[in-house]
Amino acid sequence: MNIVVCIKQVPDTTDVRINPETNTLMREGVASIINPFDAYAIEEGVRIRERLGEGTVTVVTMGPPQADAALREAISLGADEAVLLCSRAFAGGDTWSTSLTLSLAMKKLNPDVVLAGKQAIDGDTAQVGPGISCHLDWPQACYVSKIREIGKGKAVVECLMETGKEVLEVELPAVLTVVKEINEPRLPSLKGKMRAKKAVITTWNEQDIEADPQKVGLNGSPTAVNRVFSPPRRGGGEIIQAETASEAAKIVVAKIKELQIA
Amino acid sequence: MSENALIIDPEKCVGCQACVKVCPFGALEMQGKLAVVNDNCTFCGACPPSCKFGAITLKRAKKVATIDLDAYKGVWVFGEQIDGVIQGVVHELIGEGRILADKRGVPLTVLVLGHQMDDAANELLEYPVDGVIYVDDPSLKHYASEPYARVVSDLIGQKKPEIFLAGATAIGRSFLARVAVEVHTGLTADCTGLDITDEGLLLQTRPAFGGNIMASILCAKHRPQMATVRHKVMQAAHKTGGRGGKVEKVTPQSTLLRSRTTRLDWLPELSDTVNLVDADIIVSGGRGMQKPENFHLIEKLAKCLGGAVGSSRAAVDAGWMPYSHQVGQTGKTVQPKLYIACGISGAVQHLVGMGSSDTIIAINKDKDAPIFSVATYGIVGDLFEVVPAMIRELGGEA
Repeated sequence: MNIVVCIKQVPDTTDVRINPETNTLMREGVASIINPFDAYAIEEGVRIRERLGEGTVTVVTMGPPQADAALREAISLGADEAVLLCSRAFAGGDTWSTSLTLSLAMKKLNPDVVLAGKQAIDGDTAQVGPGISCHLDWPQACYVSKIREIGKGKAVVECLMETGKEVLEVELPAVLTVVKEINEPRLPSLKGKMRAKKAVITTWNEQDIEADPQKVGLNGSPTAVNRVFSPPRRGGGEIIQAETASEAAKIVVAKIKELQIA
Repeated sequence: MSENALIIDPEKCVGCQACVKVCPFGALEMQGKLAVVNDNCTFCGACPPSCKFGAITLKRAKKVATIDLDAYKGVWVFGEQIDGVIQGVVHELIGEGRILADKRGVPLTVLVLGHQMDDAANELLEYPVDGVIYVDDPSLKHYASEPYARVVSDLIGQKKPEIFLAGATAIGRSFLARVAVEVHTGLTADCTGLDITDEGLLLQTRPAFGGNIMASILCAKHRPQMATVRHKVMQAAHKTGGRGGKVEKVTPQSTLLRSRTTRLDWLPELSDTVNLVDADIIVSGGRGMQKPENFHLIEKLAKCLGGAVGSSRAAVDAGWMPYSHQVGQTGKTVQPKLYIACGISGAVQHLVGMGSSDTIIAINKDKDAPIFSVATYGIVGDLFEVVPAMIRELGGEA
């Protein structure tokens, strides 16, 4: 089975801080990591290959040359091949043009299944996975928390919705986006790290994937960032002073009742 | 101007790095003593005001619309249903959609896809809407990404609304991305603020980088302008007796209904305290709960308050609570009216998932726990004493 996993290199957003004096974003020293949801997708891809006893796992990312590090990390975690979609033409894309770029790479890779994290922790859109699927005119399943079975042109998956799980049979090829519950990613093995070091990363630009430069990157993006600003800062409030737990409970319950939440 | 450009005047740049620090995309770097722009630049406009020396100029290309923007009129909201029940977020979309439609002087329409929902569709007319489009077919009874996306895209093509909003729910977020691709327009995810300019441009505000920054997004040259909207942020509309609108019932073409996914089963989450994104009140437990049995305290308090049960990642990873309860970066982002954190220290990953709640109450033994830095009210104390006392105070049995 030809398995492709789409990943994104993201800043570790938990390290992103707002400078309290200037109220601006501080990026210095913020590490780049594989988007945590994509780590589950890589692991699931590797597990499918192991379960079937055949197949290849190819990781794909669109990003600057530095994204090479994320692809090598994915190889250390068990992926076989890696492709970097890298060109000035791809830069600054929104979810529409990014999903188009990735879908053109899929046409070249011709996978049976595409896995990705449900969303990336920097943009938090959850739109690129379904976007790739639609550009290819494929079916999709989002928020997948379990792949019950996969093979022979179809997969049976469980999708996490707000009030329960939907069990879906999906015709392949398809795009599946996964949530954390699906597995527990392994740590890189020593052998994997060695492989990652030596691995040859394939790099494709817009000509390689036959992309119209007007339709990818910033040029092909229907949306544009108009302005960025810091959210209103939230300070610590009041520490309830009380002698006993029941006294504290009485005060805080009175506060709750004041809120008048129906 | 055919292309966007960010120009840094080397004569004026003094190498102070102020712009490097404000760039949310890491697109500015120092080359010797000069700031230079790299490929990451999205021309967002954050840096020019940061330069005290006026060295940075942003030139935005004038994009030419390839479609007739004026042909698009009216505001639509998606009437999401599950098992034939219109979801709570739809009333919030109607509330917000009404404001936008009034500012534009255009009608507001609710779009419902389902089956045997005539009563529910008629009931929507009692809200301040100008009409309902109800697409009825057995294959639309349950959500399915392909037919939903095709039917909605087809209607957009026929009727040309200028704005289309849906809830940022599992359903809304899954199929609207397909609609955006099919009709070739922009889609902004999980908006927490919407406004409209005099020219009819939708200003879509959303959190990014785990809520550390807010971005305002525009879709200038494509229509409709589409956004998914976070639940519990906009004011819900109430029944006002309606505006004399009608339900337009549509039978979809069968070619739109092809689906390559089949719903085999539905596994409801047994607990009724799990729908975190719908809840006005959430009571969450963390590592301080010590063992899974102790979560019955959290459940009791949630029940007394009519709220849902949440959990920190620590308690999920320990196997004490199912993943569907997890609040935070790798779990759910919630914005309830009241969030009560019990025995949760408040790691940044947790704070980004609940930090925008209206009121936050934290109960923790450690007076230095970071959760107190965001709490409206904090109690430094033993949750095993405080939570039972709160339950008793609310008239429950601890």
